[in-house]
Amino acid sequence: MTKYYLNYIEELESEAIFVLREVAAQFQNPVILFSGGKDSIVVTHLAKKAFYPAKIPFALLHVDTGHNFPETILFRDQLVKELGATLLVGSVQKSIDEGRVSEEKGKNASRNILQITTLLDTIEELQIDCAIGGGRRDEEKARAKERFFSHRDDFGQWDPKNQRAELWNLFNGKYFPGEHFRAFPISNWTEMDVWNYILKEKIAIPSLYFAHEREVIWRNNSWIPVSEHLQIDSEESIAKKIIRFRTLGDITITGGIESEADTLEKIVEEVAAMRQTERGNRADDKRSESSMEDRKREGYF
Amino acid sequence: MEISNNQLLRFTTAGSVDDGKSTLIGRLLYDSKSIFEDQLESIEATSKRRGHEGVDLALFTDGLRDEREQGITIDVAYRYFATPKRKFIIADTPGHIQYTRNMVTGASTANAAIILIDARNGVVEQTKRHSYIASLLQIPHVIVCVNKMDLVNYDEEAYNSIVSQYESILSKMAIKDVRFIPISALNGDNVVERSENMNWFMGAPLLATLETLHISSDLNKIDARFPVQTVIRPQTEAYHDYRAYAGRLESGILRKGDEVTALPSGFSSKIKSIVVYEKELDEAFAPMSVSITLEDDIDISRGDMIVRINNQPKKVQEFDAMICWLSSAQARPRGKYSIRHTTNEQKSMIVESVYKIDINTLERNTDDQTISMNDICRIKIKTTKPLMVDEYRDNRATGSFILIDDSTNETVAAGMII
Repeated sequence: MTKYYLNYIEELESEAIFVLREVAAQFQNPVILFSGGKDSIVVTHLAKKAFYPAKIPFALLHVDTGHNFPETILFRDQLVKELGATLLVGSVQKSIDEGRVSEEKGKNASRNILQITTLLDTIEELQIDCAIGGGRRDEEKARAKERFFSHRDDFGQWDPKNQRAELWNLFNGKYFPGEHFRAFPISNWTEMDVWNYILKEKIAIPSLYFAHEREVIWRNNSWIPVSEHLQIDSEESIAKKIIRFRTLGDITITGGIESEADTLEKIVEEVAAMRQTERGNRADDKRSESSMEDRKREGYF
Repeated sequence: MEISNNQLLRFTTAGSVDDGKSTLIGRLLYDSKSIFEDQLESIEATSKRRGHEGVDLALFTDGLRDEREQGITIDVAYRYFATPKRKFIIADTPGHIQYTRNMVTGASTANAAIILIDARNGVVEQTKRHSYIASLLQIPHVIVCVNKMDLVNYDEEAYNSIVSQYESILSKMAIKDVRFIPISALNGDNVVERSENMNWFMGAPLLATLETLHISSDLNKIDARFPVQTVIRPQTEAYHDYRAYAGRLESGILRKGDEVTALPSGFSSKIKSIVVYEKELDEAFAPMSVSITLEDDIDISRGDMIVRINNQPKKVQEFDAMICWLSSAQARPRGKYSIRHTTNEQKSMIVESVYKIDINTLERNTDDQTISMNDICRIKIKTTKPLMVDEYRDNRATGSFILIDDSTNETVAAGMII
């Protein structure tokens, strides 16, 4: 006999596809915020499924900090080609050059916060009315309260205390000129779900997620990759380690973990056994107890 | 490692600052080993800084900064955990009367509700309020947890008397499945592990109950309802005349070859194919997202609904509904609002407020015509064009709607069609 129920991963997939179709139907100029990380890759894959056999009705928007892993950029360009999609790039370097933002100083400097200005400028310039993100509610406590359709005022700001009610699956994407939305189709997924889905669907992801040898330094409790953008102290020493990354962000602050997991199966096993949340390796979240909330209010992803 | 065939259970917890809701959720997450080391470290540090003894489990569920400062939960927060048997999503909502709208939000997608009762206080106004909301929103399963049993010496009689108190208010509700469990969230009795302090209790602990609730029959599998979200037209060489209707089957089952009607037009055709990405399926069931192609080229667009010829929703333009008002601005008398029902949007007008429910006493008030934030009212509403509806109690997806105020774009009301 046929079982007339979906398992959890099928139900999450169906929900995400529903959200993506609502975005396509309710907005004029929606884009997928594409970082090259696994969450945005999964969102892009879901979009492919949602509109097949048509092309995805979203451009990919990459907010480029200039501090990239070269592997990510390679991956991004290949995927865009395969999808036949449009790639839009907002450049943090350009925002710095134009004096819109100034670079942080010191060894823990990062371009993470600077992305906010570049992102909002790009949204305004290209008249994007909905930016689809791979944010998940399990990632961080401020995200636990995000809506699927999240309103941003004309300064691009999120007001967590005054969010629109979201009931059943009735999403209200109405906005006034200058305002925009963020949409989070995989809100209800956990890190484990994302990995299980990547495995189930055999989704290609950048090589950085797999164990590989790399020159690194030990900083803020994780292995930070050596790159041309990294300032290294005299007390810090470069080591060669077999590591992999659990998230991909700005190369100067994204820490890797020591791991032997070089296949998707091994990664899923490792994640299942892991006792640290994935953002635990992101220095940007460690600045204060509410740092994610503060950045989100300003207009962060 | 294989993808398990586990189901997803969404449940809501309503409770106030004092009845131990946050502690209960913290306990479920902690005992099911869903809390990561770095989260635990961060919470240990906070507990210590605030001078709490041991780890304050309630801190796991505190989200936004204002809440951390005030020590209250002010919005719906979603939590995730999984056991080898199921995956869970908790909609954690505040229980105070001024947050009725948040409780309604959390309840709208839940399969189950946990209602907490303080063993020392028994059934109080808040218990009625939470139960009424669970009943109004038609949450299929309710689990009443009599908490803080440690403070009444794990006394069976104290528990039994609360159970019978609760059963007496149940007569006013439409709750199909109710279970009772005596627990101590603080000490973990009957949360994950069976309590050694209450050997007189023969039922399963809370987690085992959540893991085994039968939920696959909760969704309506009889009435096929397929609201169209968008039309897929690739306009490429290979798919020149291809036209598929994308949506989620909200209830029922549809099969290839079925005779269907598109509403509101009433044009009929047969299902030619049911498509999920590169696969074609023989049948689809709720809540699958699919796209459907038809044998005939009929005009269908977003907001239309594909249903079986011999099982159709009601076509209505004026109807009664229960609404929960969500906005701080009162409803305007005979006010006009956009109404969103499935994927359809129309203009509507609140014709009349029939009565308001006092959700503490459950009494009807027919004198007060105002509709303010957190009010639950029965209204008569009229739309500019007909909607294709089912009663909410038969079908959550085609029986629910929201009202949007076009002057603010805010979602101002949640409605359930009677």
